[in-house]
Amino acid sequence: MAMLKVDDIHVYYGSIHAVKGVSFEVNEGEVVTLIGANGAGKSTVLNTVSGLLHPRTGSVRFLDQDLKGVTPHKVVERGLAQVPEGRRIFLQMTVEENLEMGAYTQPNSTIAPGIEDVYKRFPRLEERRRQVAGTLSGGEQQMLAMGRALMSRPKLLMLDEPSMGLAPILVEQIFDIIRELHASGTTILLVEQNAQAALSVADRAYVLETGRISLSGTGAELTASDQVRRAYLGG
Amino acid sequence: MGLNTRQKTRCIALLIFLNHLLNGISLGSVYAIIALGYTMVYGIAKMLNFAHGDVIMVGAYICFFAVSSFSLPPVIGVLLAMALCTVLGMVIERLAYKPLRQATSLAVLITAIGVSYFLQNGAQLLWTSNIKMFPSFFSSQPIELFGGELKVSVAAVVTVAACIVIMLALTWFTGRTKMGKAMRACSEDKSAAQLMGINVDATISMTFAIGSALAAIAGVLFCSVYPTLTPTTGSMPGIKAFTAAVFGGIGSIPGALLGGVLLGVIEIFAGAYISTQMSNAIVFAVLIVVLLVRPTGLLGKQIREKV
Repeated sequence: MAMLKVDDIHVYYGSIHAVKGVSFEVNEGEVVTLIGANGAGKSTVLNTVSGLLHPRTGSVRFLDQDLKGVTPHKVVERGLAQVPEGRRIFLQMTVEENLEMGAYTQPNSTIAPGIEDVYKRFPRLEERRRQVAGTLSGGEQQMLAMGRALMSRPKLLMLDEPSMGLAPILVEQIFDIIRELHASGTTILLVEQNAQAALSVADRAYVLETGRISLSGTGAELTASDQVRRAYLGG
Repeated sequence: MGLNTRQKTRCIALLIFLNHLLNGISLGSVYAIIALGYTMVYGIAKMLNFAHGDVIMVGAYICFFAVSSFSLPPVIGVLLAMALCTVLGMVIERLAYKPLRQATSLAVLITAIGVSYFLQNGAQLLWTSNIKMFPSFFSSQPIELFGGELKVSVAAVVTVAACIVIMLALTWFTGRTKMGKAMRACSEDKSAAQLMGINVDATISMTFAIGSALAAIAGVLFCSVYPTLTPTTGSMPGIKAFTAAVFGGIGSIPGALLGGVLLGVIEIFAGAYISTQMSNAIVFAVLIVVLLVRPTGLLGKQIREKV
């Protein structure tokens, strides 16, 4: 059974039809990626799943329950966390406070062990725990954003362009972390412009073009597809 | 004491100066308490709640009636005023501002002015525009320092003490508690806060509740010093406190304190040493100069983003 099932959603910004009938699903334990160019509607899809945007028609089901009318903070309580595009960490709060905010839906007793888990995964963050997040480097900020989302112990983690604006070596690190999370059983929905990297970690992938899914398949299939190679892989 | 006339004159001038300074700090503390309401609401809802000053007036009336008509002890009167103003603040937010969450800031601003007039006229309808003399809760016997040379009113001491306690409590709340931190998170980035599972609407409502409870305290303290209570009593301290919040850097809690105290001190000094009629003009002139030099206010956050 699919953990997340998005069925034919249409999303508008005012009169702009941004997402035109997108359907896809994510099964438990999978890494699924949505790839596509800037403006294809990838973030719109994630924000619709998170409840920040509402589909005009179509449905989003998570763990077999319709998310229609569920407010964003309730979506998090149900186990669906998003690392937003541009990281959006709280720049004026300390690293540790950011992590505490990530655990907002969790009982207080689980916060300290949760923070320890994040520090184990991202030792850099522990070194900077008392630092204001705005002073972190781009890569550290991305780690903090991911750590913060993990604090809610999500059943499904959605990552929106985690490699954006990072140096190649950091991109590699971020994708290593995604592989680790996958190996430890986390279900991940990954949105990326960096198609090559995204396809290399994904079990399955969907290609989004101007609000529609134009192609789907396993990561390997899409990597081999001529259409994807021409459009996204520079070959 | 062997002081010659010149030394005595200097000594008296110094005592008068100190007296003005204390009065200024006391008045400024009231402004600071009100300014906190403006600045917290601005920080989180990014709106100027111009009805905030009138919540002060409502708080003062509630306390007035509780004490004068129902002969309740002043402490109960203050607590009652705080409780009812808390509810009032939340109701105002729910009915007037929440439906405008997505509207332009101009629409919200005009609505806030409308709420302000609504409260003033509502008060006039309920309680008439006749002046009510606010009872004095504090001993009229001043505290004497330097062998009776320097007299400090009890009201001034209580006001400053209340301001310090409130500041410490808010600092603890926003720095140490989960809800307080959530408030800071919301003021920084509302949609990111939602993605953390924070209920932004509830947090905004809570901010209005806190600001309004503080407004009730400020109303009682203000009327203890300036006891003529009318339906428009709240507008001048409200505008001054708004000025104080901008002066200190709107959105900043320490800024509200600094701005409030500075504004009170400037106002009293300007009235004492320059001209009573001009004191308000001088206060606002200082604000203009500060904003020309530092548009974000004294402690305002510089808008900077790391991409």
